[in-house]
Amino acid sequence: MTATTRTIQVDALARVEGEGALTLRLRDGIVEAAELRIYEPPRFYEAFLRGRDAAETPDITARICGICPVAYQMSAVHAVERIYGLTMTPTLRVLRRLIYCGEWIESHVLHVFLLHAPDFVGQPGALEMARARPEWASLVKTGLRIKKAGNSIVRAVGGREVHPINVKVGGFYRLPRRTELAALVPELTWAEQAVRDCLDWSTTLDYPEGDGAYDFVALRHPDEYPMNEGRLVSTSGLDADVTEFDQHFAEQQVPHSNALQARKRQDGGTYFVGPLARWNLNHDRLPAAIQAAARAVGLAPPVLNPFRSLGVRLLEVLYAFGEALRLIAAYEPEGPASLPVEPRAGTGHAATEAPRGLLYHRYATDAAGHILDAVIVPPTSQNQAQIEDDLRRLAPTFVDLPEEQATWRAEMLIRNYDPCISCATHFLRLKVERS
Amino acid sequence: MTGTAEAGRARPPRLGVFKFASCDGCQLSLLDCEDELLALSEAVQIAYFLEATRQPLAGQFDVALVEGSISAPEQLEQIRDVRQRSRYLVAIGACATAGGIQALRNGADVADFLSLVYARPDFIQTLADSTPISAHVAVDFELRGCPIDKKQLVELLLALLAGRRPRVPNHAVCLECKRAGYVCVMVTQGTPCLGPITHAGCGALCPGYDRGCYGCFGPAARPNVTSLQAQFARTGMAPDTFQRLLGTFNVAAPAFAAARQALPIVSP
Repeated sequence: MTATTRTIQVDALARVEGEGALTLRLRDGIVEAAELRIYEPPRFYEAFLRGRDAAETPDITARICGICPVAYQMSAVHAVERIYGLTMTPTLRVLRRLIYCGEWIESHVLHVFLLHAPDFVGQPGALEMARARPEWASLVKTGLRIKKAGNSIVRAVGGREVHPINVKVGGFYRLPRRTELAALVPELTWAEQAVRDCLDWSTTLDYPEGDGAYDFVALRHPDEYPMNEGRLVSTSGLDADVTEFDQHFAEQQVPHSNALQARKRQDGGTYFVGPLARWNLNHDRLPAAIQAAARAVGLAPPVLNPFRSLGVRLLEVLYAFGEALRLIAAYEPEGPASLPVEPRAGTGHAATEAPRGLLYHRYATDAAGHILDAVIVPPTSQNQAQIEDDLRRLAPTFVDLPEEQATWRAEMLIRNYDPCISCATHFLRLKVERS
Repeated sequence: MTGTAEAGRARPPRLGVFKFASCDGCQLSLLDCEDELLALSEAVQIAYFLEATRQPLAGQFDVALVEGSISAPEQLEQIRDVRQRSRYLVAIGACATAGGIQALRNGADVADFLSLVYARPDFIQTLADSTPISAHVAVDFELRGCPIDKKQLVELLLALLAGRRPRVPNHAVCLECKRAGYVCVMVTQGTPCLGPITHAGCGALCPGYDRGCYGCFGPAARPNVTSLQAQFARTGMAPDTFQRLLGTFNVAAPAFAAARQALPIVSP
C-alpha cells in the first residue's frame, strides 16, 4: 500500500483580524503537522517603545489593534500606574470598567454576527448572508445595531470607537457628563433585550463536536466578572499574582510564524484564554439572571466545545449591557478626571481581559518615566499553540469530508478563537497537506 | 469619475478592501458604519474584503481601499497587483498614507529591533523601512487619520459612486476647533496642541475632551511647523515635547519628518 499525503491549505484566512494562513499535513489520515502561520508583518512595538515616555503607552499600544484598542489602553495604564503607585478613585475605576463593557460588546458582536455566524449557515460572509434570506438580513441588521450600541459606550467615554483619545495614565482627560452617559440608556436597554432574542437564535445552529480537556486561564476578581483586575487562575489550579505571569508562561518563537507562541513553563503545555476561559473560571461571579440565561440555552459551565463560544460571547455581551446600565445608573462624575502623575523608576505588570482573552503588559521605566523595556503578550499569541492543538486533535473529525468542506471546517476551528493576527504579530492561511 | 457612475448603472461597482501592515482599525471603520453597511453592500459589490468574507481575490476593482504600510518584501509585489486590478486606488489611514507608527523603525537598525522582539530574527522577513502606498504605486486619493473618520469614509464612497470629487478638507484641526466653539487648550491651559498644523477630519475631538491634539491625522496642507514650535518654546514646554508629539503615527509624513530632523534630537 502506498502512503498518501494530503494537504489542506488556506493561503489567506478570512473573517479574522489580520493576516494568517493554515497548513494541515496528513499522512495516511494521521496529522503530521498543523501550523497556524502568521505572516502579518512585524511592527516592532516592543522595540520602538524603548525610550518613549510611559505616559505615551495608552496611545501607542492602542495602535496594535483596531478591534480591541481599549484592552491595550487598559493593560498599559494599569501597568504604568503600578510603577507610579497610583490607585484609581471609584469614579475612574467605574469609567474604565464601562469603556471595557463597550469594547467587549463591539468586538464580540462583530465576531458573532459578521465573522462567526456565516460559518454556521454556510455563507462566505455576513453581507452575503443578509442577501440570501430575509430572516438572515434582519439578524445581521439587528447585530449591527447591537454593535453600534456597544460602540456608543466606547465613544461616550473614550471620544471615538477606534483608538479612543480620552484614556490616560492617571485616569481620563475629561470625565463624561452624566447626561452624555444617560443619553445611551434607551438604546442599551433595547440592545440588552435584542441580545436575549439572538441567544434564542443561537440555539437553532448546528455546532460540530469539539469538547477538549483544556487548561483555561483567566483573571479572577474577588467579586466581579473580570475585566481590569484580578489574579491569574487556571483550570489546573494556578492562583498567582499578575506580577508572576513570566514565571508561569513563556513566549517561544516558531519558524512558521511571525507571532510568538506562549506556553506554560511548568510542562510546555498549551493553554486557552478568552470568553470560554472567563466563563468556566468565573461563572460564580455572574448575576443570577445571566446564569439563568446560560442554563436556558445549554451553556452552564463547563463549556468545553470551542464551537459553542458563539453563545458564550452573546452571554458575555448580555452581561456587559446589564453591567453598563448598572454603572451608568450609579454614575456621578465626582473627583478629578485624573490623578497627578509622578514618574519614577520601576517595573509594572498588568493583565486585563481583552475580548479575546488575557492581555499582559510589563514595562520598566527610569526615574524620568522613560521606558527601558516593554513586554506585551496578546491573547492570540497565547491561544496560537492551543489552536494548533485543536487542529491536530479534531482533524480526524473532518479530514474525510470533501476538500472544500474540510478546509472550511478547519477555518471555523480557528475562528472559534476570534484570533487577532494584528495583535499577535509581534498571526493566519489554511493549508492541509495529506500523505 | 463619471466612468464609475456610468459603470454603476450597468453593474454595481466592484469594491475591494486590502490590508498591509496595520492594526485593522481603518477597514474596521467600514464595518463600524453600522447604519450604512447594508445599504452600501447593495450599492456596490464588495468583491474582496478578507476581514468580512471568504470570497477569493479575483478580477478587477472599480475602487480599492488600501489600509496599511508596505513593510515586508512580499508586499512590494502585492501592492503592484492591487494597483493593476484597480481603477481608483484610495489609501486609507496613517499607515497607508505616511507609513504608520511602525515607520519609527525607519533609520533605526532593524536588526536591533528584530533581535529585541524575536529570538530568531533570521525567521522573519521584513523591509528596513515602513513606507506609504504612494511610495510604490500611483494613489488616486488619500484619507488621513489614525484611524480614518467614518464620516469621511462614507463621503468618499458616496462621491466615488456619484462620480464626483470627495469633499474632504485639508485645513488644520484649529479651524474645526473654532467652529465647534471649544476654548483653546493651548492658550488657556498651556496644553501642548498640534491642532494648528494637523489635518482636519476628526472634528477637533481632543480639545473637546480637554486634551491637546496629538496629530493622528498627520500634517495639514502648508503647516507652519516652525511657528508652532516657537510657541511651544515660549510657553516653557520641555524641549522634547514637540519632538515626541511629531514622532508617532505620522512620523514619516514629510512635513513632520522634516520638522523632527530640524529639531535637536533629545534622547532619553
